[in-house]
Amino acid sequence: MALSAVESSAEKINEAMLIRRIRNGEHELFYDLIRPYERRVYVTTFAILRNPADAEDAAQEAVLKAFKNIGQFREEARFSTWLIQIAVNEARMRRRKEHADVMEPIVDRQDEEGNYTPRDFADWREIPSETLERKEIREKLIEALASLGEKYREVFLLRDVQHLSIEETAKSLGISVASVKTRLLRARLMLRDLLAPGLAGSWTSKLSFAKGNKPW
Amino acid sequence: MVVSCEEVWREISNYLEGELDPNLRAAMAEHLRECKHCTAVLDGTRNVVQLYGDERMFEVPAGFSGRLHRKLESAMPRPRGGAFGWMVAFAAAAVLLISFEVGSSSAFTRLQLRSEHAQPAATPIPPDMMVVVSDEGRTFHVAGCKFIHDKQVRTLTARDAMREGYVPCVRCMRKYVDVGSLQQKIPEEREGGE
Repeated sequence: MALSAVESSAEKINEAMLIRRIRNGEHELFYDLIRPYERRVYVTTFAILRNPADAEDAAQEAVLKAFKNIGQFREEARFSTWLIQIAVNEARMRRRKEHADVMEPIVDRQDEEGNYTPRDFADWREIPSETLERKEIREKLIEALASLGEKYREVFLLRDVQHLSIEETAKSLGISVASVKTRLLRARLMLRDLLAPGLAGSWTSKLSFAKGNKPW
Repeated sequence: MVVSCEEVWREISNYLEGELDPNLRAAMAEHLRECKHCTAVLDGTRNVVQLYGDERMFEVPAGFSGRLHRKLESAMPRPRGGAFGWMVAFAAAAVLLISFEVGSSSAFTRLQLRSEHAQPAATPIPPDMMVVVSDEGRTFHVAGCKFIHDKQVRTLTARDAMREGYVPCVRCMRKYVDVGSLQQKIPEEREGGE
């Protein structure tokens, strides 16, 4: 999945050239620039907003903002990181606006420095990759991610779904590297706890987060 | 060095990231050999990372890319695009009109069939057209297009490709993509009073 170093540096040079040309007036090249990242922008806004329609609106707005502000992009940065940062901000802004009255899940208010103790020790070794071909499994995974508190969800999304580095994740969210690591650990362990009963056993059994609190 | 279960859980994420000093890593590996619970936690956590990191995990809604591009189009400054757009639109309208005229005349029935290749420019991509996609890519292509980078491709109809969120290749599908977007552009320009 990860590009080799050679490919990614070639890609970066190509991207830098595209950006320069767009800034010089070849606006239509923006389609080529954005195409490889459209999906990532959507996934980002979706993971934050948890609703396809809102996610699409926010994704469109984020891409428009990227286009209008391409002059502000600093060339030493990575375009993908910059773009995802815009998407995160756009989605966060909408979330605050639309769900200002909604309480954050309890896990968000817990002390993140405290140790997290796994609740479930189900042995869950074999994950055939075809598992993801099943829509109901993907839905369960998405539901589990959606049940995490915002700060855990965002870190997990950028690091494990979007494959940003720890440093890039920290920068995109405006938090420290140490916070990223702490939240990432907790997000991963919580997801494991939520999914282990289902993935280790049968999916017919109800997932444990069904009884958790979901205030939205 | 001996580590407890709690220490293993605290470091499990860093263990997966490969970010531990060798001593701690060795101590954890030693612990994991003996402890079934911690092994289950490690395996499960690794599975979580693998599952969510898979591209198939999140589906983009059908037509997302097309809608995004239309939105972008309306935001793009077009110093000379306006007049050009009108010219192309008029030309397309003229072609359509002429083909209607010609089509209704029985003497030119054969000509209408032969002009089939000219007409798609004013129509959307034929939904039953067979195209190829790769699971790695985001675009669908006419078989044989030079821009298919992946070797593993599957064939399906354009309708299904679009339903799965693929967008037409700008090179081999150019005739559909360009004219299609110009047509959608017309009403917006009229509103803008250009």
